[in-house]
Amino acid sequence: MSADLDFTPPPASLFNAGRIWAMVLRYFYLMRGSWPRLLEMAYWPTMQMIQWGFVTKFFLDQSSWVASAAGVLLAGVLLWDILFRGQMGFSLCFLEEMWSRNLGHLFVSPLRPHEFVITLMVMSLVRTLIGALPPALLAIVFYDFSIFSIGPALFAFMACLFFMAWGIALAVIGIILRFGLGAESLAWVLVFAFAPISAVYYPVSVMPEWLQMVAWATPSAYVFEGMRAVLFDGTFRLDLLAGAMMLNVVYFIIGAGVFWLAYRSARKEGRLLQVGE
Amino acid sequence: MSKTVIEVHDLEKRYGDVHAVRGVSFSVPAGITVGLLGGNGAGKTTTITMMLGLLEPSGGSVSILGCDMATDRYRALPYMNFSSPYVDLPHRLSVRENLRIYAGLYSVPNPKARIAELAEQLHMTEFMTRPSGKLSAGQKTRVALAKALINKPRVLLLDEPTASLDPDTADWIRGYLEKYQRDTGATVLLASHNMQEVERLCSDVLMMRQGTIVDRGSPSDLLSKYGRRTMDEVFLDVARQTGAAANGGDAGRGAA
Repeated sequence: MSADLDFTPPPASLFNAGRIWAMVLRYFYLMRGSWPRLLEMAYWPTMQMIQWGFVTKFFLDQSSWVASAAGVLLAGVLLWDILFRGQMGFSLCFLEEMWSRNLGHLFVSPLRPHEFVITLMVMSLVRTLIGALPPALLAIVFYDFSIFSIGPALFAFMACLFFMAWGIALAVIGIILRFGLGAESLAWVLVFAFAPISAVYYPVSVMPEWLQMVAWATPSAYVFEGMRAVLFDGTFRLDLLAGAMMLNVVYFIIGAGVFWLAYRSARKEGRLLQVGE
Repeated sequence: MSKTVIEVHDLEKRYGDVHAVRGVSFSVPAGITVGLLGGNGAGKTTTITMMLGLLEPSGGSVSILGCDMATDRYRALPYMNFSSPYVDLPHRLSVRENLRIYAGLYSVPNPKARIAELAEQLHMTEFMTRPSGKLSAGQKTRVALAKALINKPRVLLLDEPTASLDPDTADWIRGYLEKYQRDTGATVLLASHNMQEVERLCSDVLMMRQGTIVDRGSPSDLLSKYGRRTMDEVFLDVARQTGAAANGGDAGRGAA
């Protein structure tokens, strides 16, 4: 190296899969090193599914609405968990870097912010699937309901929920980057602000008219209405899917914008080096 | 004449009315170790974090390896690295896992061999599988250094690399850094308030006080200029503005 004093770096690559893989490996090592964490990912979804399975069984005799589509509540539980876990998986991986005071190292490495965001999306997918698959399979065994009976539409709904989760999570980590770890509880609570207006267990039409307008501004309301259309009528409503997708673009742009502004502000104020427990 | 590897021009950082760094200009030619010396709050860490691009300057510019760090830092970053007591490696991951991750982030060819080489050179083999959070201060420093050297950087920025170490471990680390610089011809910028470290490792020293560079020279030049026997005494003169520092010893803002 000493003979190479005139070295000039070549142009930098905008995207490098090796760097993303290195970051995925980082979270894999973390999960592998802690079995309780892995169990926790599946624990709550499984408990929820068992509880709502019994509620469904009870309502099958009491409610003609539930009886006409026995899996509607369980499907709601399982799909809501995609949104919740998807957002948590993304945000918690970012928080891991803040808790371990590692952000400074990452942001002076060649890892680009968009590669970091892609890693967080990958980990959100992995963590959510680890959490959602066991209860989905147990629902088949315990309650004779398969979420997979929704068919290919299930994957479209899941994709929409993941994108919404990532849009919210980008905003969450942006706010945490801006205001510090004092705001970390947002990673757990913010998504619940969307629960009442997402129409997970009831149609949008039961809400007051003014709230219906708010509900139709969330991609999740379109997804859950679409889910009910499949389960009750056996129809896959492309209009609902299109509505969810268009709103997801808006959510994602807003989330990415909040994150970008927070990142710029953190670079201005020197918070990338000073964050930590 | 050696190529200039680090070029800092009129660097400034303001937080409201407070100037953390102002008018800092210097250049560092390839293949030498330069010390950034100053007391607490002198602006050393702020200068280094601006050089890395972690902190956006309020004014001025930084160029490393010919790349403007405000607009083109991703070109230079694969060939740089840094170590600082203000950042950690993930505590729950083992030393080997942490080094594997950073080898991946820096696209190190043959990472296994590089990690094994560093483990041997830095005497880390017996604790490679231990979680990073469960290491002693000396072991942590060696791991931080291994991370900083994983990509065989051409430019190495070290912020207080031997802070909180016992004299024996600190001496060993200095010896290792000296050898690394000699063997690779890397350009090293070392922020420190340890005079022994600066005297031993640096061929050039930038003295900082209150966010500005107040003097520059080799340790021997500074000793004769201030009429002192040790760099500790020079440091105190600069920090307290006594002796030659009070009588115009300052080379002035923006010494380069």
